[in-house]
Amino acid sequence: MTTEDTGQPLLTLSKVNKSFGAVQVLREVDLTVRPGRVTALVGDNGAGKSTLIKGIAGIHAFDGGTYTFEGEEAQVSDPKHANALGIEVVYQDLALCDNLDVVHNMFLGRELKKGMGLDEAEMEQRASKTLAGLSVRTLKSVRQNVASLSGGQRQTVAIARAVLWNSKLVILDEPTAALGVAQTEQVLKLVRRLADNGLAVILISHNMNDVFEVADSIACLYLGQMAAQVEKAEVTHGQVVELITAGRSGDLGLAPSTSGAVA
Amino acid sequence: MSATTTPTEEHAAGAVADGGLGQAWRDYTGRVRGGELGALPSVLALISLVIIFTALQSDVFFKPGNFANLITQSATIIVLAMGLIYVLLLGEIDLSAGFAAGTCAAVLAVTLTQRGWPLPLALVATIATGVAIGLFIGVIVAKLGIPSFVVTLAMFLALQGFVLIIIGEGGTIPIRDPQIRAIMNSNMTPLLGWLLFAVVVGAYTFMTYRQLAQRRKTGLVTQSPQVWLVKVVTLAVLLGLAVLVLNQERSSKPELTSIKGVPYVVIVILLLLVGLSYNLTRTSFGRHVYAVGVNAEAARRAGISVARIRIYCFVACSTLAAVAGILFASKDQSVSPSTGGSTTLLYAVGAAVIGGTSLFGGRGQIRDAILGGLVVAVIGNGLPLITDASGIQFIVTGLVLLIAASVDALSRRRAQASGRA
Repeated sequence: MTTEDTGQPLLTLSKVNKSFGAVQVLREVDLTVRPGRVTALVGDNGAGKSTLIKGIAGIHAFDGGTYTFEGEEAQVSDPKHANALGIEVVYQDLALCDNLDVVHNMFLGRELKKGMGLDEAEMEQRASKTLAGLSVRTLKSVRQNVASLSGGQRQTVAIARAVLWNSKLVILDEPTAALGVAQTEQVLKLVRRLADNGLAVILISHNMNDVFEVADSIACLYLGQMAAQVEKAEVTHGQVVELITAGRSGDLGLAPSTSGAVA
Repeated sequence: MSATTTPTEEHAAGAVADGGLGQAWRDYTGRVRGGELGALPSVLALISLVIIFTALQSDVFFKPGNFANLITQSATIIVLAMGLIYVLLLGEIDLSAGFAAGTCAAVLAVTLTQRGWPLPLALVATIATGVAIGLFIGVIVAKLGIPSFVVTLAMFLALQGFVLIIIGEGGTIPIRDPQIRAIMNSNMTPLLGWLLFAVVVGAYTFMTYRQLAQRRKTGLVTQSPQVWLVKVVTLAVLLGLAVLVLNQERSSKPELTSIKGVPYVVIVILLLLVGLSYNLTRTSFGRHVYAVGVNAEAARRAGISVARIRIYCFVACSTLAAVAGILFASKDQSVSPSTGGSTTLLYAVGAAVIGGTSLFGGRGQIRDAILGGLVVAVIGNGLPLITDASGIQFIVTGLVLLIAASVDALSRRRAQASGRA
């Protein structure tokens, strides 16, 4: 768990904007995501977390600013562009199909083919290998239907699906929101393992305990602006909460004049 | 097909460690208790109906001749139901499939009998009509987002009009082509029947063995060889019995005309069963159909074109309705404005649901059409032997459909409760 900024950033957003009609949701947001590290994205409801994520994933393009991936400026206006770059999103509602088994869910939409049919053996082996690579041992079989899995196991499958494609950046939207204590622990360990395997991870969470347990860097959004992106080791719990609720905390955060009515 | 040779069970058994028959049986009972009933209700219904009718009217019902009748009576329902399964898997419905069959049959009759087109050309026109109807419905449902119930209800009425216009004033057009008439009315020679038996059992044995061997070679968990052997033997015994019975003489005056052998339509049904099952369980298109049926949003996020899958499924449904239309024309040896009308569609939907296809989408298989179609045909075949009142027949079929839909809903609830939805 390094706290220094080592190596080249994988993704850099610089002064991105996003408006929906008259409503400006993101204002001049900067974000730096590095490989091998978990970057937590925090902020109150309506701060713009989802909009920022959707912009990164290409679901809707940013209005302005620069999007730099692996040192090169990229135009990402379609989810397929983002996938091609190696960006995968694990959505909060998981997007798994209950009537399909683990293997088919992991390969859904990108099945491996052999002749006219599917290459079931290859898919099953790759799915098992990916799960083993993440040290997932809780699944009884990769051929059981996803419906029979627990919430934590489903989250595991969703995350494994995201890393199956040699992805470089995995974005997790509230992965522990619906889980119990033990399962939350299990998923957080998995998130840490992703980063330790060299991937860049963006973790959206409302839960400060989760953030402080697993993140390396914490980016706080406040009313559509990036209040601050700080190293976990340099801040306290209380400072992050202040950044989320007021946009500033001592020297950190937005200048009083721009931080809105609260300051 | 027997209950022990289903793709799902193979599928699930593949996940289980090599524990032999006992393990396989425990897994199966566990799944049934968890709400995954599979073929169980329809097989039980079929067996109990056969027992009831045999007990009440054994001298007429349990005869080789009647067994052959059952096959031809169920064939049209089965093919229509196979098409409907594509649409039901999406959680949609096609109320127009019956009259789509009628329209296609009318196209066949007009081109073949009135215009004198060669048979292949007439068949192409018939199938193309089915594709066009499905394309029209699919595009409206998928692109405009109108509920399929409404779209196909409108088509149900419109196609009825099309049949009338195509057939014209005459009322009924005869089908004289001997090949079309042979599909539903002629039988294979007994030798050909046994050859078909050998091909089917041999191919099944070979294909499943190869799959088993391949999985073993790549080090994946396989189903136990004992389970595989039981499935092969069960299939061989059931099919063998069927061929044996159908090869019996069933003419009342054998010295005048001999009627024996497996009806040719069985080949059509078998080819559709194998081809469509492959399409739904072994191709990415099939996986996408199941995915769209249970969670369209998940499918969309996985990069699947949901609209395209919807359109393809409606095309599949109407195209199979065209095949059913050909069978109607063959069976009646004529086409009239009522072809594909009255209870045809409801029986086909009933067959799919009785067979185990869910009305809620995402669950069902092609063989459901065969099991359910046989149940519907047994009722239609057995009841008139007991009572003359056709009212009773409607009521009983309606009740069976209601029971099947209830089993579907209840097993679904149970599956959700036990986390197997």
